[in-house]
Amino acid sequence: MADAIDAEGLIKRFGAVTALDGLDLTVRTGEVHGFLGPNGAGKTTTIRVLLGLMRADGGSARLLDGDPWADATALHRRLAYVPGDVTFWPNLTGGEVIDLLGRLRGGLDTARRKRLIERFELDPRKKGRAYSKGNRQKVALIAALASDVELLILDEPTSGLDPLMEEVFRETILEEKRRGDRTVLLSSHILSEVEALCDRLTIIRAGRTVETGTLDDLRHLTRTTIRAELTGPVNGLAGIAGVHDLTTADGRVSFDVDADALEPALKSLVAAGVRSLVSQPPSLEELFLRHYTGEPVR
Amino acid sequence: MTGTGQLLRLVLRRDRGVMPLWVFGIGILPLVYLQGFDTLFTTAPERIAYARVSAANTGFVALYGPLHGDSVGELVVWRGGFVPVMIALAALLTVLRHTRADEEAGRTELIRAGVTGRFAPLAAAVLATVLGCTVMGVIVAVTLIGQGLPAAGAVALGAVFAGSGWVFAGVGAVAAQISDSARGGRTIAVLVLGVSYVLRLGGDISAMGDGRLDWLSWLSPLGWVQRVFPFGADDWWPLALTVVVAAAAVGGGAFLLTRRDIGGGLLAGRLGPATASAALGSPLGLAWRLHRGLLFGWTAGFAALGLIFGGVGSSVVQLAEDSPGVSEMFTRIGGTEAISGAYFTTAAQLSGLIIACYAVQAALRIRDEEQNGHAEALLGTDVSRWAWGFGHLVFALIGPAVALFAEGLLAGLTFGDLGQVLETTMAQVPAVWVLAGVTVLLIGAVPKLSAAAWAVTATALLIMLVGPLLRVDQWVLDLSPFTHVSHGLTVAPMLSLTLIAAVLGGAGLFALRRRDVPV
Repeated sequence: MADAIDAEGLIKRFGAVTALDGLDLTVRTGEVHGFLGPNGAGKTTTIRVLLGLMRADGGSARLLDGDPWADATALHRRLAYVPGDVTFWPNLTGGEVIDLLGRLRGGLDTARRKRLIERFELDPRKKGRAYSKGNRQKVALIAALASDVELLILDEPTSGLDPLMEEVFRETILEEKRRGDRTVLLSSHILSEVEALCDRLTIIRAGRTVETGTLDDLRHLTRTTIRAELTGPVNGLAGIAGVHDLTTADGRVSFDVDADALEPALKSLVAAGVRSLVSQPPSLEELFLRHYTGEPVR
Repeated sequence: MTGTGQLLRLVLRRDRGVMPLWVFGIGILPLVYLQGFDTLFTTAPERIAYARVSAANTGFVALYGPLHGDSVGELVVWRGGFVPVMIALAALLTVLRHTRADEEAGRTELIRAGVTGRFAPLAAAVLATVLGCTVMGVIVAVTLIGQGLPAAGAVALGAVFAGSGWVFAGVGAVAAQISDSARGGRTIAVLVLGVSYVLRLGGDISAMGDGRLDWLSWLSPLGWVQRVFPFGADDWWPLALTVVVAAAAVGGGAFLLTRRDIGGGLLAGRLGPATASAALGSPLGLAWRLHRGLLFGWTAGFAALGLIFGGVGSSVVQLAEDSPGVSEMFTRIGGTEAISGAYFTTAAQLSGLIIACYAVQAALRIRDEEQNGHAEALLGTDVSRWAWGFGHLVFALIGPAVALFAEGLLAGLTFGDLGQVLETTMAQVPAVWVLAGVTVLLIGAVPKLSAAAWAVTATALLIMLVGPLLRVDQWVLDLSPFTHVSHGLTVAPMLSLTLIAAVLGGAGLFALRRRDVPV
């Protein structure tokens, strides 16, 4: 089966500002794909290009095997979108907006609608201007999740939700995942959310893709932290390319090591005699900080 | 009130482009009129004859108000009789833009959380508006005195202009508290302005005939400022009334402000239905939901206008038959020889220009929906740009036609010549459509300049108000679509204007399809 989303070398300029600078994004059918990047990296612009709301100045994009710009409405029948900064008509109630958006996508499952409203504890009778940001997001999420579509595009869907509702969102997406017939593109800042939900992820910065793969792939690309208590003096550790921030004191060593230098580093530890050893894989936070702050990977 | 000074600077900074535009643009209008009259009449008898005929012309009195003298100063004042409406509009929009619109956008919350008093945002908005109106009044006085007109009259006219702005700054201050949305606040304030105009118009026309309804003018702030009669009676006390009412309205707004929560209005939000009705399931269904309030409001207002136009129609005919030279005058502004025909043509032109504001407002909804983010969720579904834009355009086209039909119908029925009156009124429709088309083209092609649609409308208004007086070339008059519909339902201009509107609107929708949303 073709990929749900396949974008290559997307370029989008707004006057002098280049928002997308050769961005690549591939989302496989049936996966939950995390889409990460600092504020202003171009996540929302990418999504708008994929929805045919904006036209890219360069590169190519395929969405559900169609052209997002030329086939916009036909494609929109098969997807649901939750905007990041969502506002609705002040004189329409939440329930009306859910029905309207659902019908405009070609119908929604009323049983699911009812279940989702209960789970998200939404009062559908309130009018648009009476909703807080979180409640507006719930309205958009319910409208999207109750629609029978192949692809969900969610732009920071939980940024206004309380932790309880965030948990409900997680459960709902995991259920979708188990059903296995939906693809989800999830732009998010919440790392635990991405870690819990996503099969693969793409990290972008300044309009470019800096990393893409499974979480394990990405971890492989970064350093593992090793702390060990040794029985004898260790030799040659500092000479191994790929060992960083080495400190030794009272027979204890600690250092960060790149994935491909792990074996020689461990060999030299074993040669010295190991009493105890703690190895810590890089956390997603570290991964993030490294990419977000602009340091080179590894 | 803490922080009012800071906020006042902020308001002036944000309006540094638009405020000078209306302050100076309107401020020099009397000078333009004066020069127009100076070139038009080289001798005093010519001018006096013109004044005598104009004073008896009901169409003119409807549009500008009564004329009580024949000095050039009085002619300028009378000819500028519609200007207070424009000032009032500018004043109320300015106040609402810096009060309720800011509050709706969440900016007021941020401001009020700082070291600013509860009343500071309202005070700053009102002060800035009052300041703008006052500067405009000074410009009026100075320019006219510079032309050698009597100082007392020039100052009085400046005060009349400024006073109209003050009162409606007060109206804006109250309206901002009543509704919990900027749109709702604008609707309320503009409604007050519309009612004021219609009351003045009804009272003034009645005063020309049997005078049974002339007290209507006294219910309208626009009626009060007229009673000053600069260069004539120079009566100052109606201005005192204006100042008192303006102050009371601002005070009332401040009082209402203490009676409500931030973000809330006096008209409390209610719970609505939990599910959408069957009608709300298409772009057109949504557009109906978004436009119906506006449609009902304008239709009701124009129905009332029709009642008044029709009701005073018979006394117009009576009057014109009694005064020699009037029918000759009518042929200059209207087209047909018949006096009632000319009267209803003027009424229809006025209605056409006002209803054009509705057409522009309805069409601009497309841009509003884009800017406030509503369009993004909508266009993420199976809704094409065409369907989205067209849904709003339909109401910009049909809405004004419905309102004009209601006016023509009621005016015709009350006057007793349904066919002629309805025909004259409906003849305006294609001209209004052209302005709706221009608006959609602007939204599609140069979205950031969408608001220029108002400038186009204002230009059409100016051409009608000033053009004939300044004896501008025919091609300038022809720029306004309304020039082409003043001869009733003649097929050729109707068809060509409709075609032009269709091409403009179609091109606008096409451009809308081709560009990014939102920009």
